[in-house]
Amino acid sequence: MAEETTPTQHSVYERVHASAEFQDLRKRYRGFAIPATITFMVWYLLFVLMSNWAPDFMGIKVLGNINIALVFGLLQFVSTFGIAWLYARHANKALDPIASKLNREYDEGVHK
Amino acid sequence: MSDQVITSVLFLAVVALTIGITIWASRQTSGATDYYAGGRSFSGFQNGLAISGDYMSAASFLGISGLIALGGMDGFIYSIGFLVAWLVALLLVAELLRNSGRYTMADQLAYRMRQRPVRMAAASSTVVVSIFYLLAQMVGAGSLVALLLGVDSGVLKNTTIAVVGLLMIFYVTVGGMKGTTWVQIVKAALLMSGTLLITVLVMAQFGFNLSDLLGAAAQNSGEGQAFLEPGLVYGSSLLTKIDFLSLALALVLGTAGLPHILIRFYTVPTSRDARVSVLWAIGLIGTFYLMTLALGFGAAALIDTGNLDESGNLASPRLAEAVGGGEGSIGGAVLLALISAVAFATILAVVAGLTLTSASSVAHDIYANVVKKGEVTEKQEVRVAKIAAFGIGAVAIVLSIFAQNLNIAFLVALAFAVAASGNVPALLFNLFWRRFNTRGALCAIYGGLTSAVLLVVFSPVVSGSSDALFPGSDWALFPLENPGIVSIPIGFLFGWIGTVTAGPDPAADAKYDELEVRALTGAGAWTATDR
Repeated sequence: MAEETTPTQHSVYERVHASAEFQDLRKRYRGFAIPATITFMVWYLLFVLMSNWAPDFMGIKVLGNINIALVFGLLQFVSTFGIAWLYARHANKALDPIASKLNREYDEGVHK
Repeated sequence: MSDQVITSVLFLAVVALTIGITIWASRQTSGATDYYAGGRSFSGFQNGLAISGDYMSAASFLGISGLIALGGMDGFIYSIGFLVAWLVALLLVAELLRNSGRYTMADQLAYRMRQRPVRMAAASSTVVVSIFYLLAQMVGAGSLVALLLGVDSGVLKNTTIAVVGLLMIFYVTVGGMKGTTWVQIVKAALLMSGTLLITVLVMAQFGFNLSDLLGAAAQNSGEGQAFLEPGLVYGSSLLTKIDFLSLALALVLGTAGLPHILIRFYTVPTSRDARVSVLWAIGLIGTFYLMTLALGFGAAALIDTGNLDESGNLASPRLAEAVGGGEGSIGGAVLLALISAVAFATILAVVAGLTLTSASSVAHDIYANVVKKGEVTEKQEVRVAKIAAFGIGAVAIVLSIFAQNLNIAFLVALAFAVAASGNVPALLFNLFWRRFNTRGALCAIYGGLTSAVLLVVFSPVVSGSSDALFPGSDWALFPLENPGIVSIPIGFLFGWIGTVTAGPDPAADAKYDELEVRALTGAGAWTATDR
């Protein structure tokens, strides 16, 4: 093993892992990260598939020479910034407090 | 002649600046944590700048604008894919990796697997991905210097490649992670300012009206409206459309498997700083890629793209010359020299990051843990890293000499495909799948890596087409230029097959609980004071 953990460390890790708070933390993390990943992947692939198979639609001009393809491409930027911002807010509010509390509990458990 | 004086002075200034930073940083580097991880002392903002500096390579600055200038809207997929990919890194990888690893990508796998075989596998893929990436940068350096000196000679390009190779060996052996990080921070600032300047100058020519810029680009390109619509490059047949999809997949999944990006997460003290650094990186990188629209379409509108070489790598510097007043004017010469010097700084910073990453992996994973089984002092380990930097530099120099007429962004996309196929399946399975085990990790990494590399070798990029590496021969069997659409599923599939055929692994299973706690809370993670 890369980093042998001592029996004490292992038992503290197991204790933290079994706690309701950790299970809650994991649920909150996955509950955001997984749906968000599916959303932006589908949205991105939609852009790619439409570029390939709906070029006429993508070529419709919206304003001057600006067509749907460009607007759709720019919306990918907007969605990326938006999801990043939402995740940061979620992590600050819903994840960090639990994570630091468990981190402290681990330290106290190991150095007891 | 005076043009070349300006150019030479600016190039030498860039080189002197980076050497100065490296020497300064070397005075503050003592142990292995300093050498590999910059002492884990960088702030989230600093690391965000450094990540941007590491990520926005010659591919982004020279390659993408060339692809847009030559191929219109189809080239823009690179900007979009390179950016959206950061969400994978932010949501699934950055913080978890920061908490569960130490110096290299392999650390995270070795935490719950049999460490020698997985370290060997992860180190191999680190070196392969980095070398693909290095090729792209060095090809860029070669064409840049040839342009500036106005001589398109093979000898000159090869000399430039060799000089860049020597410089990168210097940065890595002397400066370590601290020096490399500061070089990247300075480079990111230079690149953002240079790109902003050209963007403003381009937009000013069109009264800051994007539609007018696009109209002029469409007209000057000779393609008309088709230039602004998808499909100009990839729309001609079902095969080319699949190639576009393959490219898009490699771009979006590759970032989270790039070893030189992954190890940047170790340079900050906590996982929260890792998150902050990715957020800064997304802001900076996104802004930069928005400006590639102005660079690419601006080049299409303002320069005669028929005069560009087939790779389009020089569109940005040529555009700088055009907006500065055109060929022969003083403004044109100054801007050309300035932008080329920025591009050169970009290349130097990225090659330093790549070389450091591969050298660290060879020393920490292969030498210290596989060969010496952990019985090694920090001093020996760091010395081996420095020797490895020489070896990797030499290999990159030799290979680059063969790759000169390929577009840089295109070459980088191949590196992304290899990373997405070999590294991403193993990293994600390890973090999110309890059952995943040593055999699964080995199958995922070797399966994805080998299939991606073999598909490239038997693709039209290497042989069988007029702009291939070996245009005279034809052993192409695989029709696509980018292997991602086949090799990425292979990486995941092999990882799954390897895992389920291995039988239960109680050790890996028990360590999964530890890994989860550690990854999500940071409990027991390596900190700045661990030596």
